[in-house]
Amino acid sequence: MNWEAIATTLKLATLTSIILMILGLPLAYWVAFSKWRWKFLVEATVALPLVLPPTVLGFYVLVAMGPQSPLGRWYQSLAGHGLPFTFEGLVVASVLYSLPFAVQPIAAAFGSVDRKLIEASWMLGVSDLETFFRVIVPQSWTGVMTGLVLSFAHTLGEFGVVLMVGGNIPGVTRTLSIDIYDRVQGLNYSGAATTSAVLLIVSFLILSVVYALNRKVWFFAADRRHRQEI
Amino acid sequence: MLLIADIDKRFDGGPQVQASVRIPHGVSITILFGPSGAGKTTVLRCIAGLEKLTAGRIVFEGRDWTNLAPQKRPLGYLFQEYALFPHLRVRDNIGYGVKRQTGIVDRVAAKLKVHDLLDRWPSELSGGQQQRVALARALARGPRMLLLDEPLSALDAATRDHVRSELALLLRSLGIPAIVVTHDWVDALTLGDQMLVMSGGRVLQTGPPQEVFTRPQHREVAAAVGVETVVAGRVIRRDGGIAFLQVGSGGLAAADPGGDDVDFYVCIRGEDVTLEKGRAEQSSARNHLSGLVLEVVPAGVLTKVVVDAGFELVALVTRQAVEDLGLIKGSNIFAVFKASAVHLIPKS
Repeated sequence: MNWEAIATTLKLATLTSIILMILGLPLAYWVAFSKWRWKFLVEATVALPLVLPPTVLGFYVLVAMGPQSPLGRWYQSLAGHGLPFTFEGLVVASVLYSLPFAVQPIAAAFGSVDRKLIEASWMLGVSDLETFFRVIVPQSWTGVMTGLVLSFAHTLGEFGVVLMVGGNIPGVTRTLSIDIYDRVQGLNYSGAATTSAVLLIVSFLILSVVYALNRKVWFFAADRRHRQEI
Repeated sequence: MLLIADIDKRFDGGPQVQASVRIPHGVSITILFGPSGAGKTTVLRCIAGLEKLTAGRIVFEGRDWTNLAPQKRPLGYLFQEYALFPHLRVRDNIGYGVKRQTGIVDRVAAKLKVHDLLDRWPSELSGGQQQRVALARALARGPRMLLLDEPLSALDAATRDHVRSELALLLRSLGIPAIVVTHDWVDALTLGDQMLVMSGGRVLQTGPPQEVFTRPQHREVAAAVGVETVVAGRVIRRDGGIAFLQVGSGGLAAADPGGDDVDFYVCIRGEDVTLEKGRAEQSSARNHLSGLVLEVVPAGVLTKVVVDAGFELVALVTRQAVEDLGLIKGSNIFAVFKASAVHLIPKS
């Protein structure tokens, strides 16, 4: 087992999901409630990583971070080194790559919150921002959890983008999937098998959590009991 | 004026609602009455700020509210299905909009008799209880006016009568002006001091409910209110489930609604009144009132016949019936209707 790769992967997935929560909540709110006529363009952009080959996404991220681009130069002047082939660069790429996995379930959950509850909150003098945290998020927390868990799981298994943007630097950018690839290349099948099994089991457990979350039976047991009494 | 609302709201490719609402100081309950789709709820939502006006203005106590956010309007809004927050217990629902909770939740809960329910979840409440909790939540913030959207329509018929009289008492005891949207004429007569009849996105008539019901100025209003005779009556005797009432200089029998009330609005739908030339020997109908025809007016496919039976009674009959009976102004006639066709609404 390559513990270093596991640590790198977990660190990457955790950071990516935290950042995606910070970016994804307002973005999902905007997607769910904006009436802007060109909104579909933003929605399509957010969904791009679902269909693009990771290498294409990785290529553009690499170019955008490179010393030739204004963004890359700006970061270089700020941090003293470039973004490509660093852990920070990997985080940026992962956030972009997992964006739809966070935004889509959250936006869908926000969109299905009963409009009357939001309006009731307004009529009680509560601001839009406070209504977001006191009504919209609690009413859609299974969607928020799903977004969080899916972006974590998706980051665990990413390969193409990591290879393009991060390369294969042990302890820095060598994640589990790269490690498996590396071992197979070196004909170390037994090592690859162990790591693969770990990823398989962890992914299965995480997805089980997602589907369990979306089964309302666990959370509305009290409600159901009451209905049966009636 | 407490409230001046000149509302012009156009929905994209949809209907237009144009309504002028004036509420003078001192009027406690205003009814917005009309069939569904008349634009009543839209008017209420515009006053609340939940819908932006296409044109017009809203002025409350001299302050221009036209572009004010709903949060900034000191109003209590009761939604049709009450919209209690399902993830909060009753206590937290009531206290939701209160900044400093110095016992206000307990006071309001006691006033609305929901203090026993504070630790329950909204899903554990009956319809009537939900309504009281929603009202408590609206009142906890100390609103200057209450807006109630079809407050009784989410309740089953048996609960509705009981809750209606409770609501009437409560709204009067609060001393806060209220606008109540309803399509039920019993609600309008029970609750209202002033009434606006809406249809097709416009206000057709304004006045005290009893006057609007008895003297509709439009055919649409008459159709919307659906009850042609509304007169004051007093119970003089009760016997075997039947109440005998003095109405004007006449009298009639009605199904006894129970209770101790003696003063009622007597409501009779024109379709329920039969006209006969002679007095029938035997009939299940309790009321056979002899009278004089005052007026014969065509009203769509039917004809409206106004009979003086000690009070003005309206019958709706077919044109054929008018011809067969030879009805003209001054004809002698018997008006026949069942005691159960008389609807009594307590005046108090």
